[in-house]
Amino acid sequence: MPRTRPPAPPPAGGLSKTSAKPPAGPVRAAARRRWTVRLLGAVSVLTGLALWQLLAALGAGGVPGPGPVAARGAELVADGTLIADALASLRRVLTGFALGTAAAIPVGALMGWYPTARALFEPWVQFFRVIPPLAIIPLAIVLLGIDEAPKITVIFLAAFLSTVVPVFQGVIGVERTLIDAARVLGAGDPTIFVRVVVPATTPFLFAGARIGLGASWSTLVAAELIAAQKGLGYRMQQAQLYYDLETIFVGIVSIGLLGLLMDRLLMAAERRATAWQERRAA
Amino acid sequence: MTATVPAVPAHSPGSPDSPALISFRDTVKHFPGPDGGFTALGGIGLDVAEGEFTAIVGPSGCGKSTLLAIAAGLVEPTSGEVLLDGRPVSGPGPDRGVVFQQYALFPWLTVRANVEFGLRTARVPRAERRRRAQHYIDLVGLADFADALPKTLSGGMKQRCAIARAYAADPRILLMDEPFGALDSLTRSQLQEQLLQTWERERRTVLFVTHDVDEAVFLASRVIVMASRPGRIDRTVEIPLPYPRTRATRLTAEFTALRTELWQAVQRSEPTARPASEATQEN
Ligand SMILES: Nc1ncnc2c1ncn2[C@@H]1O[C@H](COP(=O)(O)OP(=O)(O)OP(=O)(O)O)[C@@H](O)[C@H]1O
Ligand SMILES: [Mg+2]
Repeated sequence: MPRTRPPAPPPAGGLSKTSAKPPAGPVRAAARRRWTVRLLGAVSVLTGLALWQLLAALGAGGVPGPGPVAARGAELVADGTLIADALASLRRVLTGFALGTAAAIPVGALMGWYPTARALFEPWVQFFRVIPPLAIIPLAIVLLGIDEAPKITVIFLAAFLSTVVPVFQGVIGVERTLIDAARVLGAGDPTIFVRVVVPATTPFLFAGARIGLGASWSTLVAAELIAAQKGLGYRMQQAQLYYDLETIFVGIVSIGLLGLLMDRLLMAAERRATAWQERRAA
Repeated sequence: MTATVPAVPAHSPGSPDSPALISFRDTVKHFPGPDGGFTALGGIGLDVAEGEFTAIVGPSGCGKSTLLAIAAGLVEPTSGEVLLDGRPVSGPGPDRGVVFQQYALFPWLTVRANVEFGLRTARVPRAERRRRAQHYIDLVGLADFADALPKTLSGGMKQRCAIARAYAADPRILLMDEPFGALDSLTRSQLQEQLLQTWERERRTVLFVTHDVDEAVFLASRVIVMASRPGRIDRTVEIPLPYPRTRATRLTAEFTALRTELWQAVQRSEPTARPASEATQEN
């Protein structure tokens, strides 16, 4: 944990609002803090790798070390399987996630805006929310076969259910005075919806989408473990049959890295879309 | 919105010869609730003439904000009605601009886009929109911050932006609910002077709610003193100080005398021996 820095001293002359720009001190301090965070992150990763290496060297459970796993990874990249698997998995996740989020926005918004819609949708949302998406997989396979459809369906469900509730709560929580302000400026319901409710809900949408992305990703891998002809989960399932621990590790690391990458991309998008928010300094 | 209950034959206090721009006719607001609910306004009669600057003062909870919200069309009266130019108000409209105490700027829009909001809903063409927004941004002294987001503005700047936004929509009457209540006294008196200058130039009708007796005397030509439980008009104090009023006006003997008079009126309107906890209540 980085030691928290004492707050910057208040500028002299508390009353004067016209005082010049603050000195560069805080900016440099912030940059230094950022570098500290990065350095600590790198140290943490290296330590983790070293521990892994140590475990492997001790022969704990026949776990392969980072070296053999990296070599296996390189092989799988070279013969094209890793890329093909990753692409297959990504396509499923992105399709299901995009559809689920796209459906969650109007449904959540309607639920937040119209009590009738809320009364109609809420029992179903609450019911399906407590069922783990994985529990739907057997049903989806029976009904939809073992093609892409059942996998995308469960991912869609996972993404939809994680996003719809935050969107709905975001819409409910839109500040009353902002809606009043829009109304007295002549805005009708459609305008208020598009120009006030949607932007005000964006932070909630992103919070939901990030949870939804995590849920989609884990659901995908589970779906692929059960029924697939390609994909990262399928590859790991095959490797398990042959006791191919290196490939299993390559799969785990790939899934983690891809998940992390997608989350970071979403976070970057979030930061851009909600730059107007007042937030505590990170 | 449904039609309001027909008004009981009015006993409106305004002079009959000056046509009122906005008039409250026996306006009652009752909030239903346990043990009979709460009567926030018990029969308000008030006429405000075109071009007038009217202030409303009164103890916390006497229904000032409710009165303003009814005029804005944000709250429907339980009975009685509000007439704008002789026509009953139903729902908000661009003919009435509102400035809220908590600024209520759209945080995702720049100052310029906030000021243009009402013009966009009125489908004013882009070039004209730009021009009018710029005019009011300049007027309130935010030209250097036109493209800034509200989070980068100070409280006083936010409120100036909110005032520009209300003006730009070109309302016939401005309804202001303690617009300077959250500001420090220096910024507050600056904004009072600015508002007055704008008003003296444009003579747009203002209905201004405040807690601050000084503010009411400095700005208004007439101050309505309200009393609570139920919220009602206790008395009206005329402020015959000539406009234009400037910083120097605050130092005159007339100003001090009127301030004392209004202060006493406000004191009398409050129930005696009020528990201290109630006196500090805010909404
Ligand atoms: N939605 C509501 N439901 C129930 N009671 C309400 C509601 N809105 C206001 N009231 C009550 O009506 C009374 C008048 O409220 P209002 O906000 O108009 O007072 P105010 O004069 O503006 O007070 P302040 O000076 O503190 O802003 C208060 O006692 C308040 O509790
Ligand atoms: Mg109030």
